[in-house]
Amino acid sequence: MRINGRNRLACKSLVKDLDISKPITVEAIKGLPLEKDLVVDMDPFFAAYRSVLPFLIPAGHEPSKDRLQSAEERARFDDTTKCILCACCTTSCPVYWTDDQYFGPAAIVAANRFIFDSRDAGSEQRLEILNAKEGVWRCRTTFNCTDACPRGIEVTKAIQEVKRALIFRRV
Amino acid sequence: MQTHSFDVVIVGAGGAGMRAALESSTRAHTAVLTKLYPTRSHTGAAQGGMCAALANVEEDNWEWHTFDTVKGGDYLVDQDAAEIMCKEAIDAVLDLEKMGLPFNRTPEGRIDQRRFGGHTRNHGEAAVRRACYAADRTGHMILQTLYQNCIKQDVEFYNEFYVLDLLMTDVDGEQVTSGVVAYELATGEIHLFRAKSVIFATGGFGKVWKTTSNAHTLTGDGMGIVYRKGIPLEDMEFYQFHPTGLAGLGVLLTEGARGEGGILRNASGERFMERYAPTIKDLAPRDMVSRSMVLEVREGRGAGPNKDYVYLDLTHLPKEQIEAKLPDITEFSRTYLGVDPVTELVPVFPTAHYAMGGIPTNVQTQVLRDNEHVIPGLYAAGECACVSVHGSNRLGTNSLLDINVFGRRAGIAAAEYANTVNHVELPEDSQGYTITLVEQLRSSTGSERVAVLRREMQETMDMNAQVYRTEATLKQALDDVQELKRRYKNVSIQDKGVRYNTDLLEAIELGFLLDLAELVVIGALERKESRGGHAREDYPTRDDVNFMRHTMAYRRTDEGGREYVELDYKPVVITRYQPMERKY
Ligand SMILES: Cc1cc2nc3c(=O)[nH]c(=O)nc-3n(C[C@H](O)[C@H](O)[C@H](O)COP(=O)(O)OP(=O)(O)OC[C@H]3O[C@@H](n4cnc5c(N)ncnc54)[C@H](O)[C@@H]3O)c2cc1C
Ligand code: SF4
Ligand code: SF4
Repeated sequence: MRINGRNRLACKSLVKDLDISKPITVEAIKGLPLEKDLVVDMDPFFAAYRSVLPFLIPAGHEPSKDRLQSAEERARFDDTTKCILCACCTTSCPVYWTDDQYFGPAAIVAANRFIFDSRDAGSEQRLEILNAKEGVWRCRTTFNCTDACPRGIEVTKAIQEVKRALIFRRV
Repeated sequence: MQTHSFDVVIVGAGGAGMRAALESSTRAHTAVLTKLYPTRSHTGAAQGGMCAALANVEEDNWEWHTFDTVKGGDYLVDQDAAEIMCKEAIDAVLDLEKMGLPFNRTPEGRIDQRRFGGHTRNHGEAAVRRACYAADRTGHMILQTLYQNCIKQDVEFYNEFYVLDLLMTDVDGEQVTSGVVAYELATGEIHLFRAKSVIFATGGFGKVWKTTSNAHTLTGDGMGIVYRKGIPLEDMEFYQFHPTGLAGLGVLLTEGARGEGGILRNASGERFMERYAPTIKDLAPRDMVSRSMVLEVREGRGAGPNKDYVYLDLTHLPKEQIEAKLPDITEFSRTYLGVDPVTELVPVFPTAHYAMGGIPTNVQTQVLRDNEHVIPGLYAAGECACVSVHGSNRLGTNSLLDINVFGRRAGIAAAEYANTVNHVELPEDSQGYTITLVEQLRSSTGSERVAVLRREMQETMDMNAQVYRTEATLKQALDDVQELKRRYKNVSIQDKGVRYNTDLLEAIELGFLLDLAELVVIGALERKESRGGHAREDYPTRDDVNFMRHTMAYRRTDEGGREYVELDYKPVVITRYQPMERKY
């Protein structure tokens, strides 16, 4: 929710860390339909997530044991695996507020998670989806999303990586 | 009111529910009903790992894993079930990897493994690296991966649907599953779901206690629902208190911290676990470590201004190791206590964590209505179920394993059964019970408040039915809980509306919690021995002659219409391992 005008997780925001000489304002997150009090309709957020094929599209034949992946390959996409789908980023994005067609940063983070996974072969499909006009190109690199992310994910960087992959068409 | 019809209805979208859905939805028309968005399920909070004898980093095999599980559970484990779990563990981990789970890797690119409490090489020789993990976010990764694969398979979810009743129909004198009744949070509407099979995967009930690692949502609904239907609950007195909760808060720090080399110390800095478990020390099973911590505090060796906690020491570990392998708990400790584990000792104390007991099932996950007979079409898996692979004390990492192995089994069994039968008629007035439950609460003008009753319940349970118990403390807890149950009849809510009425649902959840608290206490009173997670100071030893058996608790009503709890017992399945004294 929005606490003193900033998107945060209520469970991680301690009253002692806020300025209690003034009233603390709590509001619903912005950009999603308000249902009641602090409750918003999360369906559009999850719809955007679902649309980027947020699952492993495995490369090659299914192995009989575990697929090999080096520690470096695993580290390549570690940051984006931390996402808890809290929507703090997407609902702090000024583009998302005004353009309800934009996927929003969380969906792009999910796409990034798979595009840079060495075990995945679905990048072409995902990049095609993100190349659409509601895709990554709407982002104006304002960093609101990165500031908002309670998991410390470098959201804007993840988006930039997807943009770069689109320009150079290689992962 | 709306009516829906499915072959299989799964109640719960945590690890167990979604693993079941992945199997069931490819075989039969399946719906998943969940009170939370799937990605908010508590599986996401699990940290340390999931065990399987992959032997990726050192010699290991599933038989050793089975032995550890049986011994860890203080021989109350059903050994046939434990054997299945430990054998199927290997494929369960490989399946998750194939679905995309980002496990940490060894230098060779295999799934990495680390040590965890009670998991040993060759029947107790030394700690073994058996836990597969993704930093300290293993549960998060499992939940995300399963959800992603549910999206891939187009599984049908009903989010924020609270199931409040199970429907069973009398067919030729036998009770057969016919569906569930759910309350839709957004609208307040009641929905009937007809189903040939129903799987309960509703998780635990840690909110019975005040100091707990469990979220507000873990209120034992599934267990409460079936119990009210006359189905017994098994081994409810066995509840696990995890050694390392943040002191005073209960927020969990994974046992993986000790797996990475963390050490418990008392006020004078002594590594006290050396005295209690000379061989595996800080990696002894949780029940032993928790008891040792409580004893240290009782004997005056606790730390802090009130000498009421001990320390978890990670300061000798390299900063890079802590930040790479334990990033989340490092952040929890910094956020909630302002303590930096890299340079400072972290205050810890036991916290209510995991239900070993629950809805009794056989190894096919079919729910038992007594010691032998199953209810056709009814299944349970995960923390709400009791197969019983954990006996009287669960080993760390065996729950993430349990939800995957038995979740999968439930999905297959429920769908295959559904494909062989027709829908049975719904019972008369199917929705009647639920409508009355909801309307009575909404229209009640009673003077009792949910938050007050809940706090009193949690306080008496923390005080009287925690790590150590005696006849006197348990009698006190029983009196308190029964009095709270009487007062609960007079509870009222402030929000009388229909949309997003969380006030109403909290009141209903409290009803389940009170029923379950009573069962914990009654089971504990009658079990006059100490075994695993149940430690009686007045009966300090294990008594295999009288108590090597599972407790089965039934809800009964006497002729005057008064409810009471009847206890019965079920034999333990022993295959390979005869009970021995439990030493580490
Ligand atoms: C902090 C923490 C750390 C842990 N770490 C580990 C670990 O490292 N390794 C390990 O093996 N285990 C660990 N555990 C234990 C393990 O995480 C849980 O036991 C396990 O995840 C339970 O999974 P589940 O699918 O049974 O239930 P949950 O994941 O709790 O899911 C329950 C589901 O049921 C739904 N539900 C509940 N009631 C209703 C209702 N009335 N109507 C509809 N839906 C309902 C909820 O919406 C939810 O989707 C940990 C537990 C905690 C609390
Ligand atoms: S960086 Fe892009 S996605 Fe993030 S808030 Fe700004 S415009 Fe939105
Ligand atoms: S990227 Fe961060 S802010 Fe955005 S949904 Fe994920 S966790 Fe939340």
